Amino acid sequence: MSDDSNPTQPGQPAQPAPPTVGTAEDGPELVRFDRVTKRFGAHTVLDSLDMTVYSGKHVTLIGPSGSGKTTILRLLMTLLKPEEGKIKVGDAYLTHEEKNGKLVPASEKHCREVRKNIGMVFQQFNLFPNMKVLRNITEAPVHVLGLGKDAAEERARGLLDLVGLTQHIDKYPSQLSGGQQQRVAIARALAMRPQVLLLDEVTSALDPELVAGVLDVLRDIAHTTDITMLCVTHEMNFARDISDCVMMFDQGRVIEFGTPEKIFSEPENDRTREFLSAVL
Amino acid sequence: MNNWSWEYVGDILPDLLHGLWITVQATLLGSLVAFALGLVWALALRSPSRWVTWPVSIVVEFVRNTPLLVQLFFLFFVLPGWGLTFDPLTTGVIGLGLHYSTYTAEVYRAGIDGVPEGQWEAATALSLPRRRTWTAVILPQAFRRVVPALGNYVIAMFKDTPMLAAITVAELLFQANSISATTFDYMEPITVVGVLFIVISYPTSLLLRALERRLVR
Repeated sequence: MSDDSNPTQPGQPAQPAPPTVGTAEDGPELVRFDRVTKRFGAHTVLDSLDMTVYSGKHVTLIGPSGSGKTTILRLLMTLLKPEEGKIKVGDAYLTHEEKNGKLVPASEKHCREVRKNIGMVFQQFNLFPNMKVLRNITEAPVHVLGLGKDAAEERARGLLDLVGLTQHIDKYPSQLSGGQQQRVAIARALAMRPQVLLLDEVTSALDPELVAGVLDVLRDIAHTTDITMLCVTHEMNFARDISDCVMMFDQGRVIEFGTPEKIFSEPENDRTREFLSAVL
Repeated sequence: MNNWSWEYVGDILPDLLHGLWITVQATLLGSLVAFALGLVWALALRSPSRWVTWPVSIVVEFVRNTPLLVQLFFLFFVLPGWGLTFDPLTTGVIGLGLHYSTYTAEVYRAGIDGVPEGQWEAATALSLPRRRTWTAVILPQAFRRVVPALGNYVIAMFKDTPMLAAITVAELLFQANSISATTFDYMEPITVVGVLFIVISYPTSLLLRALERRLVR
């Protein structure tokens, strides 16, 4: 229903311009949402969302539960399909593919190809309990990227070193703490060398004393790699540390966005202020 | 009433043990058929195409809701008329396997449904191909959950094998019956049959319970 000019309706504040994180100088445009709408039944979770994220940027999505932030990650991971709109990752559409010069809904094969550029870490870790730590990490590189077993294992060892779990390489997930499992899950996602890493409330299921270890690993990754991150979190200090941009969601829309300094120190929107005072 | 004769028991035991061996063969082979075919049904019933799920669910419901004995008679007496003839044991194995596959299908379904949604999501997030997701992630986890239930059906099938006597499979009850028909003495043969069944099925169920404790952690 909306058009490019974002008309202001009487009695409502003006819609902010569509969020854009980074510029062409930072590198290629990596993620673009083009008027994406997602509904669950009669409930609209995402309302004609426009958003652009350039390569290497770290974006944190905040907002009350049910505001649509996790939906964005799940749409990008193709765990959900949008009702309307297009999602682009790199040069290709995730939701559509070009055939004879026309955009048609993406086939499963096309989808899988584009999806290889995206990795995700889940709230509940979702490690494969029937595989040891090493195979959790090598499974996809071997069977999706076609990496040799030795190369995949070398890559896995490097990543386990990065997340500080080298000594647990031969254990099953059930033998690890929640924090350790989540670090394995991070290593597993990175083993695919994705361009975009999606982090969906990755510390929410952890005991408080285990949160710091996981966040330290993610800080390290954010500061030492050029990976693009989209992160849903309630850890505002973490968001402040790693983000180039914080987007505040409410009722399926981005109601405010900007640098963490701006959003956390001088939010303009009342709803943002309310939300932050409740969580900080 | 006759007195119990151990000597008579000694005389008939070799024949009965031979019958027991046939019974065990029928159970094990029938189980293999039921395990394999049940998985085929369970996977077919998850097909996105109604052209697959409808016919399969009709077959499964039909087989599950008709008596095993009727199915055995059909396989043994009707199919030869259409040019399909198998020896009695093969017919029995097919009959038992087919009948129980409709139950194991249900066991697999529950086992597959029991694998948390997050496992599918993780497989998607890693772009694992559909086939690999099934063979490396979902089925290994489902199998752990279904072993105890499958084991119970093996025991149930074992106890259903006497029905194969009706289609002349020389299993345990058939042997006992043949002996009794010539000696007119039913007490020892039939009692020994009961004892032999419990000697196998009770320890097996204990074994299954132990296995269940190991698998379900």
